[in-house]
Amino acid sequence: MSHGIIGWFEDVTLRDRAEVGGKGGSLGELTRAGIAVPPGFVIRTAAFEQFMHALESAAPVRTRVAALQPGDLENIRAVSGELRARVRGAALPDAMADELRAAHAALLARGAGPEIAVRSSATTEDASDASFAGLQDTFLWVTDADRMLERVRECWSSLYSVESISYRRDRGIDENVVAMAVVVQSMVDARAAGVMFTRSPTTGDKSVVTIEGAWGLGSAVVGGEVTPDRWVMGKITGEISVRDISDKHVEHRRASGGGVEHAEVPGARRTTACVSDAELEQLRQVARRIEKHYGCAQDIEWAIDTRGSLLLLQSRPETVWSARDSTPAAQTAADPLAHVMSIFGGRR
Amino acid sequence: MQSPTAAREFPRPSSLTVVPGTETAQSAYPYYMQFTREDDARFWFYNSMHFPEPMSAFDMVTAEAAYCALGAANTRVHCLPTTLGIDYRILNGRVYIGGNGVTDPAEIARRTEEFKQRAFYYYENWETLYEKWRAKMLALIRDAQALPKVQLPEFEPLEHVRAGRGVASNHYLLETYQKSLEGYFRMWHHHFEFLLLGYGAYMTFFAFCKKAFPEISDQTVARMVAGMDAEIFRPDEEVRRLARRAVELDVHEHFVEGRSASDVIASLQTAGDRGSEWLAELQKSRDPWFNINVGDGFYHYHRSWNDDLSMPFAGIPGYIRLVQQGESLERPVEKLQAERRQLIADYRELLGSDEERGAYDQMITLAHRVFPYVEGHKFYCEHWYTNLFFNKIREFGALLAQHGFFADTEDVFQLTHFELESAIVDLMTSWSTGSPPRGPQYWPAKVAERRAAIKQWAQAETPPALGPVPDIIDDPAIVMLWGITRESLDTWLAAEGAVSNEIRGFAASSGVVEGPARVVRSVEEISRLKPGDILVCQVTNPTWAPIFQKIAGAVSDIGGSMSHAAIVAREYGLPAVVGTGSATSRIKDGQRIRVDGGRGVVTILQ
Repeated sequence: MSHGIIGWFEDVTLRDRAEVGGKGGSLGELTRAGIAVPPGFVIRTAAFEQFMHALESAAPVRTRVAALQPGDLENIRAVSGELRARVRGAALPDAMADELRAAHAALLARGAGPEIAVRSSATTEDASDASFAGLQDTFLWVTDADRMLERVRECWSSLYSVESISYRRDRGIDENVVAMAVVVQSMVDARAAGVMFTRSPTTGDKSVVTIEGAWGLGSAVVGGEVTPDRWVMGKITGEISVRDISDKHVEHRRASGGGVEHAEVPGARRTTACVSDAELEQLRQVARRIEKHYGCAQDIEWAIDTRGSLLLLQSRPETVWSARDSTPAAQTAADPLAHVMSIFGGRR
Repeated sequence: MQSPTAAREFPRPSSLTVVPGTETAQSAYPYYMQFTREDDARFWFYNSMHFPEPMSAFDMVTAEAAYCALGAANTRVHCLPTTLGIDYRILNGRVYIGGNGVTDPAEIARRTEEFKQRAFYYYENWETLYEKWRAKMLALIRDAQALPKVQLPEFEPLEHVRAGRGVASNHYLLETYQKSLEGYFRMWHHHFEFLLLGYGAYMTFFAFCKKAFPEISDQTVARMVAGMDAEIFRPDEEVRRLARRAVELDVHEHFVEGRSASDVIASLQTAGDRGSEWLAELQKSRDPWFNINVGDGFYHYHRSWNDDLSMPFAGIPGYIRLVQQGESLERPVEKLQAERRQLIADYRELLGSDEERGAYDQMITLAHRVFPYVEGHKFYCEHWYTNLFFNKIREFGALLAQHGFFADTEDVFQLTHFELESAIVDLMTSWSTGSPPRGPQYWPAKVAERRAAIKQWAQAETPPALGPVPDIIDDPAIVMLWGITRESLDTWLAAEGAVSNEIRGFAASSGVVEGPARVVRSVEEISRLKPGDILVCQVTNPTWAPIFQKIAGAVSDIGGSMSHAAIVAREYGLPAVVGTGSATSRIKDGQRIRVDGGRGVVTILQ
């Protein structure tokens, strides 16, 4: 099946990961599962390939990186600076630029608001969820198509950052398989946002949902710039067993003229819960649906917009506890009564 | 924070002193309940769960009978592998208890073989044995009800003489007393016949859930196991039924908020056929369902609804309003059952493998099998039977008071059951000799002294535990019945002298609520409760259910997350924290408090 360079969320799944990246695939998967996600599309890796092909025809890129010695920070820094500037500065091929502008217009026509988020979506399998995730970029409140095109190149260029190159060189990753997809989606005007896990991060308990959130955009929570409010809810029962409302001194919010500003949160709002119990209940239900859809524990980013709608921004498999080989709490017994000996038989 | 490994200990029994001036009252308790030097080597804890107040001399019969029966079941009948019975001592009216663990591996192995032959037989034949149990228990209740009224006529009734009965009335005093006492001791054997096995099966499932789901709340496990048609719901259901009948019979205007039960009844007696019909319905509810004590039934002053109708009557006006608003007030049993099935299925689905799911199925099946007993026995034992027993003793109190032994009927409870027998023999003798009894010269001073002692003991400091802290608590009885673990002892040690506005207890029913505290010490005070108040009391039990509709939350000194109060609170969705140990003494009436029933924390806000 041949694809264009654009894949709308409703048309992609996690199976398309090689072309749309983990983030893009996950958003497609969620959209198709009927979960509220800000509408958007993925710029497939094919676009990156075409762009790089054009760039390589002027001067080599990948062979320059492949020639770098792991740990040779001085040269890595020099090559990185040069390549990032080239990626950022090069114009997109005309046909591609037209297609991207058309997709942008189509997205705006859906009525979700004039502003968008541009986020990188990595395709590398190994560690894509952990260390590599932090090396990529997200641009919020992007105001028009021209700026979108700039940000797309910015995302691509992040593959040639010092950290990213070092990471690949250290692991001997083949430069020819390195590619990046980019997610473009409507910006959520978040009143509050955060993350949630469908297992307990502290005990691995699968029967609770742990929710963290703060005022404004989720970037303050993900980036660790604010101590979020935290709740632990029974996944099945909805009981709230932990309710830690923190002092949320800062929020990330839309800056006038695009981009994000870090604003101080005034007065009593700092220690007011950023999410109501009814919203927590919605979060719990959506967490259960997503987990059921994937069949494994999830690490989810969410936002609640200024109109009170809950939207999901990302969901990926929980890795820490899933990787641990957990011993079963008990085995089926030949004599069902034998279980009582765990109480009556003594612990010595 | 204390390191849990630090060698720490509570005060030794020998370092505690009897409150000065109460030594004679303390020595009234039998010799085998007094602490000795040898007891210093052992660990003891104050049984505040069952005996939260100083015990009067007679009420100690509950500890005696209960521990005789509990120990027999554990030590000799079912042969629990790692524990024998519970020893008990009394100091300053407070009951301290200590487990008697088995630690020798060979002895544990020997007892394990015995245990399997006995306990497993019970599990396998649970339903049949439980049916037998109910028959035995109802027969015992009938026997107690059939005991003759305690009285001593001036002359033997003529019909006795002409019937050639040949045994005079004074003898029947002794017989009735001994039968009462024998019945009470026997009742406690019935009480413990299944109890540890029942709790053990429940705890097996509970421990599995805690391992598989480390953050699952106690209440959720309880909800998966709790029955839907248990006896504990019946008293409150009867109150609802009476409210419904009042509306159907169009006599509801007689139920005015704040009007006393006797005034309501008097007013219904003048209300013609329909009033009489409602009063007949009341009689049906009273026998047996109002034989429920306002308290756990361990003290003679825990009276029943039948003794004092103010509790059930306090609930009727509120229920009548709900009926008029079109609510059926029937418990949606089918819906509750469907919810429970769903809850069990949902947790099952979260388990990691079919192996685990198989074990889960096996454990919950057994827990469901034993639970009707765990939930049901209290109504028959602690409520119905105990109520009959204490009221019978009260009849002896009235007779002895009439003969000058006491100033007041209730004074009888200041005598041990041995002493009471001697007083009865004294009266029997006096009736036969025609001489005055000796008791009137002897008992009033002792009664006064003991009443004064109890007042002093109530104010005296009571350490939560005594003696060296054991490395581990491996006694299933203590863990199951009192919820005491090594961790809880460390908390007690750390809490000595700590000042905080937080009071911790068991998370009984989730939800967070703030409101004014209403510290209620007796049933007479329930009329003070206003909508939105938080009830703070020593024991919340199902008898409080009729006022759960009115209040915003409940806090108690005593009780566990499986206590009946907790079960009923959950059904009402009423936030509740139980077993705080000290709420009624630390919270002042009218203070604003926050109850977090999901975490088991009460916060004093002002």
